[in-house]
Amino acid sequence: MPETSRDLQLTADGELRHFLAIEGLDQALLTRILDTADSFIEVGERTIKKVPLLRGRTVVNLFFEPSTRTRSTFELAAKRLSADVLNLDIGTSATSKGESLSDTLLNLRAMASDMFVMRHSQSGAPHFVAQSVTPDVAIINAGDGRHEHPTQAMLDMLTIRQHMKTFSGLRVAIVGDVQHSRVARSQIRALNTLGVDEVRLIAPDTLLPHEPEALGARVFHRMEEGLRNVDVIIMLRLQHERMEGALLPSESEFYRMYGLTREKLAYANPGALVMHPGPINRGVEIESAVADGPQSVILGQVTNGIAVRMAVMSMSMGGQLNERQSATGEGVAST
Amino acid sequence: MKWRVDNVHPVIDGEPAVEATSALVVDGRIAALGAGLSGERVEREVDGAGQWLLPGLIDLNCHLPEPGSDRGGSIESETRAAARGGFTTVCTTPDTSPVNDSSAVTHLIRDVAERNGHTRVLPVGALTRGLEGERLSDMAGLTRAGCVALGNGGHATASSRVLRRCMAYAHTFDIRLFLQPENASLASDGCAHDGLVAARLGLPGIPEVAETTAVNELLMLAEETGANLHIGPLSCARSVTLVRAAKEAGHSVTAEVGIAHLVATEAAIEGYNGTFHSRPPLRTEADRRALLEGVESGVIDAIVSQHRPSDKAAKLAPFPETQPGLSTVESTLSLGLERVAAGELSRGALLRALTSGPARVLGLDAPTIAEDSVADLTLVAPEQHWMPAVGSLYSAGPHLPVMERELPGVVMLTAVDGRIRHEHEGDGS
Repeated sequence: MPETSRDLQLTADGELRHFLAIEGLDQALLTRILDTADSFIEVGERTIKKVPLLRGRTVVNLFFEPSTRTRSTFELAAKRLSADVLNLDIGTSATSKGESLSDTLLNLRAMASDMFVMRHSQSGAPHFVAQSVTPDVAIINAGDGRHEHPTQAMLDMLTIRQHMKTFSGLRVAIVGDVQHSRVARSQIRALNTLGVDEVRLIAPDTLLPHEPEALGARVFHRMEEGLRNVDVIIMLRLQHERMEGALLPSESEFYRMYGLTREKLAYANPGALVMHPGPINRGVEIESAVADGPQSVILGQVTNGIAVRMAVMSMSMGGQLNERQSATGEGVAST
Repeated sequence: MKWRVDNVHPVIDGEPAVEATSALVVDGRIAALGAGLSGERVEREVDGAGQWLLPGLIDLNCHLPEPGSDRGGSIESETRAAARGGFTTVCTTPDTSPVNDSSAVTHLIRDVAERNGHTRVLPVGALTRGLEGERLSDMAGLTRAGCVALGNGGHATASSRVLRRCMAYAHTFDIRLFLQPENASLASDGCAHDGLVAARLGLPGIPEVAETTAVNELLMLAEETGANLHIGPLSCARSVTLVRAAKEAGHSVTAEVGIAHLVATEAAIEGYNGTFHSRPPLRTEADRRALLEGVESGVIDAIVSQHRPSDKAAKLAPFPETQPGLSTVESTLSLGLERVAAGELSRGALLRALTSGPARVLGLDAPTIAEDSVADLTLVAPEQHWMPAVGSLYSAGPHLPVMERELPGVVMLTAVDGRIRHEHEGDGS
């Protein structure tokens, strides 16, 4: 009964119809997303920054968890595709979230929504919606629990490709709170699928999953060893709650051991890229001089975010519409 | 009622007799066994050719959702399912709503079961008030009202100190304890085995040590207080090792495993399949093998259904929010026989873990097929198959470990106290 991640996300023809996770998507598809995003970057440079791909379509931003940056880039992306956008901030209540989630979404579908951009605190919530609630509405995962944040990972991939041209041969280190990071899970899968040489995780055991090798990465506990010969360093955001959960002694100790300073950066290959999904905690994960330094591409990552989101939204809508049309026998048209 | 079954192979201590025979049931007892009974005038004759005649199966861990909301079935629907599964006795867990922590609730359960039940129902009372783990329930009163044991219903006690006092008090009155081992602070917000699959799916994990530290604590406290401890359901290999060591050291502890843990692993939750959300969580293949081995060697005394019927909506949510538990009571025997067919478990060990093992835990005489024994009987056609499918189940809960797949072993007839409570529809008689 439950479909694999691949079956759930793709149409019978292998087109994207939901964008839930990097897991289950192959290299060709990820490359197509990056190529499509590249073509949208040019749109952002025009005076009139709009294309009509989603004209007449309704996109609902459903954020069950607060977010400013991700939500606004999705909103901008939808508007640049000429969609009508509805933003809904729905605080999660403590009880019977499941039922209210199904009911909320069924109501929204009844308003002729074509796409849900969804962020939720529970891992697998978008899978559940795509599978059991509204399979005929394109679902874009804007972050689910600790599971995946696939658009964030794809914009990071776009940034890496812009600077490094290729993925093959690269060694990439991901530093910090992997255990609670949906961004890291998506990044590791995307990097492996796109063919990097090696993905490394650098963190203390309290911030790693119980069996970290399951994620397809090599584990290091010390920056000195983990950063040696790497081409890309991705710093993860450290949530303040981690100190309360007894996972770390203090921010200053974390900074001492895992903070990216100029000194530690020197272990990596010369010219290694420094990335961070943001927002940055200066002096906790990263030294200001590194964050603002010549190897940092942190700001470029934000601009790529809109292009990547336009790409997955237009591709998913296309797949979803083709499927609807073939289901109703209306003949095939493309968006 | 007086009835007879012919051509059956009685199963004694897990082994079906080679010779077929007849059994005559009169007034709730097996009045006679052997050939040459055909002259007796009876109200019913059942042809049991090719079938086993088992002492009725006993389930130590079966949630009957009454009292409670009517969404997940009733004592009537779930004991009907249990009888179809070949059980003649089920122990119902204390986590009803309201919790079975007073003799009034115990009496209610017994009254409803008496009126509507299809099997014997033995209530397990709550060890602490409201299962909140803080204050002792009226333990002696509950036992007097008919609770066969007191349990934690899967809820940990607030502290080791409370647990120690529960055990000491239970020992005073010789009360049996059914405790599910889980260290609440280690299990925390987890919802799946803290392993490969949870790491990939980003699900908060329940580590193995959440169980093993609790098993250790329970064993130590039972040893010190002298409490009569039955522990489980177990989910991992190391727990089996700990219980084995305790038994070898001469402690009188007993243990159980849920059928789902013998047939499925963490792989079952791939794709966020909430059907397999269980507590304790399904763990690794090595754990599953060790649990099977535990049953084989007798370290684990009983296989339980750990039946937890829940309606469709209870599983319609993001995985961490789905209600844990499976509907298993109808298929426990068949799922076990499937493991036997797969060569993972011996037939004798399976059948003992469903009959004499749980009887020993309850302090009952070893169930057997003998003249003058109580006619709690299960007639099974081991060579026949059936297929669990939506719409054909008796349980109100549609979440089975196996659906739309043929399972071996059809329960042809279940009799409780000599009364036929279930008969297979079709070519059953």
